[in-house]
Amino acid sequence: MNQPQIIDLESKKPLLIDPDRPIYLDYQATTPVDPQVLEQMLPYLTHDFGNAASRSHAYGWTAEKAVEKARQQVADALHADPREIVWTSGATEATNLALKGAAHFYSGKGKHIITLRTEHKATLDTCRQLEREGFEVTYLEVQEDGLLDLKAFEAAIRPDTIIASVLFVNNEIGVIQPMEEIGRILRTHKVLFHVDAVQALGKIPVDVEAIQADMMSVSGHKIYGPKGIGALYVRRKPRVRVEAQVHGGGHERGMRSGTLPTHQIVGMGAAAELAVQLMDADAQRIGKLRDRLLKGIQDRVEETYINGSMEHRVPHNLNISFAFVEGESLIMALKEIAVSSGSACTSASLEPSYVLRALGKSDELAHSSIRFGIGRFTTEAEIDATIELIAGKVGKLRELSPLWEMHLEGIDLNSIQWAAH
Amino acid sequence: MAYSEKVIDHYENPRNVGAMDKDDSGVGTGMVGAPACGDVMRLQIKVNEQGIIEDAKFKTYGCGSAIASSSLVTEWVKGKTLDEAMTIKNSHIAEELELPPVKIHCSVLAEDAIKAAVEDYRSKQGAGHSHAEVAAAQVAH
Ligand SMILES: Cc1ncc(COP(=O)(O)O)c(C=O)c1O
Repeated sequence: MNQPQIIDLESKKPLLIDPDRPIYLDYQATTPVDPQVLEQMLPYLTHDFGNAASRSHAYGWTAEKAVEKARQQVADALHADPREIVWTSGATEATNLALKGAAHFYSGKGKHIITLRTEHKATLDTCRQLEREGFEVTYLEVQEDGLLDLKAFEAAIRPDTIIASVLFVNNEIGVIQPMEEIGRILRTHKVLFHVDAVQALGKIPVDVEAIQADMMSVSGHKIYGPKGIGALYVRRKPRVRVEAQVHGGGHERGMRSGTLPTHQIVGMGAAAELAVQLMDADAQRIGKLRDRLLKGIQDRVEETYINGSMEHRVPHNLNISFAFVEGESLIMALKEIAVSSGSACTSASLEPSYVLRALGKSDELAHSSIRFGIGRFTTEAEIDATIELIAGKVGKLRELSPLWEMHLEGIDLNSIQWAAH
Repeated sequence: MAYSEKVIDHYENPRNVGAMDKDDSGVGTGMVGAPACGDVMRLQIKVNEQGIIEDAKFKTYGCGSAIASSSLVTEWVKGKTLDEAMTIKNSHIAEELELPPVKIHCSVLAEDAIKAAVEDYRSKQGAGHSHAEVAAAQVAH
């Protein structure tokens, strides 16, 4: 199979393979714009710069046509109708619009919302805000493998529950929730279903009908499109209403005002179409790389722990904890690869990942976790270099670690009375 | 997080990594910190008949600053008497390594590790040093 590459349009040289930069394995944080996508965006910054809301001349019509084509492309990717797509600045805004907008509209019916402890902050922080406004939110626990317990989920539904929000594919551990079952339960109980499908789109099939979603958030920059663009799907049949959160010229049928960024929208549309086209080929190739990475690490490094289900997981993600090494020093040692860690070491808080804590992982293991995000442009050579680096650096840090020495001597670390400090 | 060049140097080329026989009466071992807090330091000193620290070894589980703090301390205690070693303060360590405020606790831990190692050595030697003296040293920070 041909290795996809990012080629600079002018120099025709590959852009991502650069020995002076770390190997990029953080595709769940963001992705580069696919050159095929970029090419389609560029004319809308210069030649076709019109405002899609200008109804009286050709500049506006050209922009509007481009926006509507993209709306169709995103709708097709979600198996939705284009009239159900609302452009936003990204998935964070889409989720704010979905949860606040629906909560405000339906607050007369009830004030209870259900979500999971392992959701993205866009959902969790929006729920916190709704709590401050008088709504009540249940943050459900997940099981050790990151999956929702459907019985506990159904049991959490109350007569006054109006919305449930569930992350389709988790951004840290790549775990896929049983969305069809969740959708069925919610439809039975007449509870609105919001889905954060940011990490699902382009990785696995996303179909708003199959999962009976009422609202769905997606983002451009996770699917090889530009940053600063996203969309909210809002179901028309049966009709779902959301109150606008941004007011102005009444764009997007009044749900989200603001001049539409044509080039971004064109990029999102093109990226969505390409993501669906390439989904199977990408997933197959990436899955092989992920398995190679996992095997390489497990063959070379003892005492590693996979976080989250391997069975119900997208192939693009691997999340592993390395016991007996500390997370921040691990990230420091791995400066030649760009990855995310479960340790929020860049902040002063030193809080370990709340997602891994929700799986019941200890602080130590949560801190020493690494998220490998594999993507369209990852090469086998990069995976092999990563295995080498991980094996070498973890080995070096363990040489330094008194805990590793104690482990090798057979001392149970839990049997020791550590002084708190 | 931006690290000072000194932290990076100690982190990449840690000095005196290793272990000594903790049952040797001439060796003092201090282990401080806790895994759940993200750092555990073990400092060991070998003291000769003149009461001089002639060798020091460490192992540390912790961030780059914790590794650097303990590595630095092994260099500093060598050649010192126990009383001299006890005068090393966390502020000296933090200053030398240019630690940012969020990493000051690493230097505090390194100071604690010296005290714990000295205390362990003295308690093994038994006579000559009262517990009160050790306790006084401990409350000094
Ligand atoms: C699962 C998930 N939801 C929401 C977001 C936020 O998306 P955006 O960056 O488009 O606001 C992200 C990206 O960080 C994500 O991974």
